[in-house]
Amino acid sequence: MDFLVGAFKPPCNVSISFVDTKTRKQVPLKKDNGQTIMVPLFQSQENIIGEVLIEPTQGKKFEHNGVKIELLGQIVVLVIGGLSHYTWPDSILASSVLFSSVAELYFDRGNFYDFTSLVRELDVPGELFERKTYQFEFSTVEMPHESYNGINVRLRYILKVTIGRNYISNIVECQDFVVRNFTPPPSINNSIKMEVGIEDCLHIEFEYGKSKYHLKDVIIGKIYFLLVRIKIKNMELEIRRRESTGSGPNTYVETETLAKFELMDGAPVRGESIPVRLFLSPYELTPTYRNINNKFSVKYYLNLVFVDEEDRRYFKQQEITVYRLLES
Amino acid sequence: MISDGVEDEEKWLTAGIAGLQQNAFYMHRALDSNNLRDALKYSAQMLSELRTSRLSPHKYYELYMRSFDELRKLEMFFKEEARRGCSIIDLYELVQHAGNILPRLYLLCTVGSVYIKSKEAPAKDVLKDLVEMCRGIQHPVRGLFLRSYLSQVSRDKLPDIGSEYEGDADTVIDAVEFVLQNFTEMNKLWVRMQHQGPAREKEKREKERSELRDLVGKNLHVLSQIEGVDLDMYKDTVLPRVLEQVVNCKDELAQHYLMDCIIQVFPDEYHLQTLDVLLSACPQLQPSVDIKTVLSQLMERLSNYAASSAEVLPEFLQVEAFSKLSNAIGKVIEAHVDMPTIGVVTLYSSLLTFTLHVHPDRLDYADLVLGACVKKLSGKGKIEDSKATKQIVALLSAPLEKYNDIVTALKLSNYPRVMEYLDTETNKVMATVIIQSIMKNKTCIETEDKVEALFELVKGLIKDLEGNHQDEIDEDDFKEEQNSFARLIQMLYNEDPEEMFKIICTVRKHILTGGPKRLPFTIPSLIFSCLKLVRQLQGQDENPFGNETSTTPKKIFQLLNQTIEALSSVPAPELSLRLYLQCAEAANDCDLEPVAYEFFTQAYILYEEEISDSKAQVTAIHLIIGTLQRMHVFGVENRDTLTHKATGYSAKLLKKSDQCRAVYACSHLFWVDDQENMKDGERVLLCLKRALRIANAAQQMANAARGNTGSVTLFVEILNKYLYFFEKGNPQITVSTIQGLIELITTEMQSDTTTPDPAADAFFASTLRYIQFQKQKGGAISEKYEPIKV
Repeated sequence: MDFLVGAFKPPCNVSISFVDTKTRKQVPLKKDNGQTIMVPLFQSQENIIGEVLIEPTQGKKFEHNGVKIELLGQIVVLVIGGLSHYTWPDSILASSVLFSSVAELYFDRGNFYDFTSLVRELDVPGELFERKTYQFEFSTVEMPHESYNGINVRLRYILKVTIGRNYISNIVECQDFVVRNFTPPPSINNSIKMEVGIEDCLHIEFEYGKSKYHLKDVIIGKIYFLLVRIKIKNMELEIRRRESTGSGPNTYVETETLAKFELMDGAPVRGESIPVRLFLSPYELTPTYRNINNKFSVKYYLNLVFVDEEDRRYFKQQEITVYRLLES
Repeated sequence: MISDGVEDEEKWLTAGIAGLQQNAFYMHRALDSNNLRDALKYSAQMLSELRTSRLSPHKYYELYMRSFDELRKLEMFFKEEARRGCSIIDLYELVQHAGNILPRLYLLCTVGSVYIKSKEAPAKDVLKDLVEMCRGIQHPVRGLFLRSYLSQVSRDKLPDIGSEYEGDADTVIDAVEFVLQNFTEMNKLWVRMQHQGPAREKEKREKERSELRDLVGKNLHVLSQIEGVDLDMYKDTVLPRVLEQVVNCKDELAQHYLMDCIIQVFPDEYHLQTLDVLLSACPQLQPSVDIKTVLSQLMERLSNYAASSAEVLPEFLQVEAFSKLSNAIGKVIEAHVDMPTIGVVTLYSSLLTFTLHVHPDRLDYADLVLGACVKKLSGKGKIEDSKATKQIVALLSAPLEKYNDIVTALKLSNYPRVMEYLDTETNKVMATVIIQSIMKNKTCIETEDKVEALFELVKGLIKDLEGNHQDEIDEDDFKEEQNSFARLIQMLYNEDPEEMFKIICTVRKHILTGGPKRLPFTIPSLIFSCLKLVRQLQGQDENPFGNETSTTPKKIFQLLNQTIEALSSVPAPELSLRLYLQCAEAANDCDLEPVAYEFFTQAYILYEEEISDSKAQVTAIHLIIGTLQRMHVFGVENRDTLTHKATGYSAKLLKKSDQCRAVYACSHLFWVDDQENMKDGERVLLCLKRALRIANAAQQMANAARGNTGSVTLFVEILNKYLYFFEKGNPQITVSTIQGLIELITTEMQSDTTTPDPAADAFFASTLRYIQFQKQKGGAISEKYEPIKV
């Protein structure tokens, strides 16, 4: 039995750890299999320092063609022949072998980009007899994009250890981490103010205090009714996320409604002014991403919706910019 | 669409309550385990039941009250949370994450209440935020209930003067602003209700609206309870703002209700000091608003206020309350061209009550009010609306009640002009009211012109007014009113004979126009009024200078004669006869023989020519005999003539028994006890004998006609007459005649043909007992009686 088991087992265990694991903030990351794990959080230009531990199993020695660690920033676009909403199979990235085969199968357009790739050689080819640790350090790493887990696109950062081998597949171990970048409050932040209407039916003027909101911000505004000729049942404010991937004719757009927030119950009359106060913190927003590496964008919109008594919906959509405020 | 079925509504309510209870159950569990997140979740779900549009306000209220109770528990929990260190500010944010607005705002108000209590933020900021956020509910019913909840939870947390929430940043003005804003918004929602939904359900909606009115009015009550709302603040802020909303909402129901509310909830003193502001709003209200009730309420309150204490009266003068109210009423009536008469009259009636209370000394004000009323009524003809008529009666009764003195009311020149507008019937009612007032207060009307004025008021009773249909009048009512008018004549009195005579002439002039139906009531009253004057004069000497204009009994008797003569048109001979006899007696006392003789002559003529009914004749002859017996003014000749006539009439009566009685009554004409020259014993005996003869004849006639002789009563009666004159010392009446008569009666009573008559027996027995008694009495009388044997 032992022999049989041994034959399929990898010859060693590989683990990656960070030097500041205990002090660094951990954030949840949703894996492809649906599980959520806690991973360390970094921001751009931080030093990523740690060590790799390789522990041969059963005390056996084994040969290798060298050991390296890579820091990869990847954008994975999951658009397959117009097929959207594709569910990723479990551990699609579990090993590079598997990954490359899957990529050939599903990612026929090669929608898999490394926008950052740094390598550190840890060991020259040779033999390993016993457990060994390798220190590694990536200093002041440029990580301009934030980790993102969308519907058709995913941006992720990983540390990948590869033990090269002859004739048989390499041993690969990955460690995810999350990058979030903070921005200071924008110097210009105009309000959104507009008068809109359907001729002779409904004229309103709305005002949102700002056009740029941080993730824990609160939208303050008001809706002023200039003319009401339809029987309004209620009014809602929606927060919608628009994720677009690809470019040109191959652009794929997914829109999600993240929040439906009732602003008004009943029919107003001319001259009424309805307050808006929507706290953003309960919703899982990300900052606005514009044209990340020419691959994708994530934008946010406020959608003001009126529903009349026949359940017809009238709406007006306005883009807002979401940013991650540098917390002081 | 929603069906109108009450059953359905009941079902929905039941379902709503079930949903509410279920979520309340989970909420309680969360509260018990201090699970804030779940508590918020289930409370929001519970409150979602209030989002229904299917229930009428009445049923919705039930649901609301249940939610209200549950929210109290949640509020306790929030307080606990805050005490445990949970940031109330965070809590205030947290509840705002709820996606549905109605539950969100209920929760916000609940936390807001705790927030204010925690004093972590100025009360005014929290209140302002809450009242602003509530704008999100534009549905009338849901909005009204939500805001009423807000009002409820904030009531004890307003930064009022002396409140713990008052501070540098929070002043009473913030409290007032908050309540005013909530009031304004609630009223807008309430008014808007009528425009929502199909037109055919308008009536139902109006009913529902009026069920909700107290939710709106409550705010005014809250305002009135704020300590810090003093007169200045009321004048400068509260009232103008409230009125602005009332006027601008342009809704009949709301305007009426809210005006009424304002008047009821705020102190009278404030109303008095802000009268112009309040009144200036009135003409701006919708034409359909029942402004008269509103103003009447106001005036009634002010009247009561004035009546409450004399100390407040100067305030009224200072603000010129009367002229302001008077102007306002004028403007309101002008603005409402088609205001019904009742409205106009009600307004003036209230104003009159007001001025009577506030300015009892200013009779001119009262007259002014009446004058204004007349002006408004002019051109409308008689008032037909019975309610309006009632109001006029109230209007006219007010001064009577206030002054308890018709004389004061008589000074009101416009008083009779108002009465012109009453229909005949009501005019009479009013006249009766006036008379009753006079009677009750025993008011004496002392001058001729006052009498004229008064008669102008009660002329409905004096004569037939135009358009009066006699046949419709109830006989009893007519008697009643004429009797009361007759009583009124007695109240017209002046000690000075000259003036009194003038009064009498005036009264006479008026009552003679009354027609045959009234004269029998009015003339006797006047006659006795005259006779009273005669009695007053009779003691005095004639004016030695023989002044032509002075009042003498002679003059009065002439008037009396003419007055009684007027009755002949009725005709009422029996009444006239009585009156002539009364006058004759008065003339007797004045020693005016010719006058007395003339009256007797008139009486006799009436007897001979007009009185033909036997019964009436009997009565009349006894009256004549009785009166004549007391006359001492006549000389022998006159007296003889009159007595002779009287005995002649007596003997000619139809029934024997009547003849008999009249004849023995005549015996007294010849024997006047206190006059020595009037004692003719012979003729007395003649009369009595004649009476006996007639009694005998009566018995024989009865025997012949019916087979029995009838009763002996007549004999016993005659016996009594014998005894009377016997006692008085008439020498013609002797013991033997009496003895004979007694025996005769005894024999008669034992006769077979006599009808047994217990009454006659008893009468006779007691007559005998009397004789017995006199015999035993002792003294001269006993001696006189001694020989009579019984």
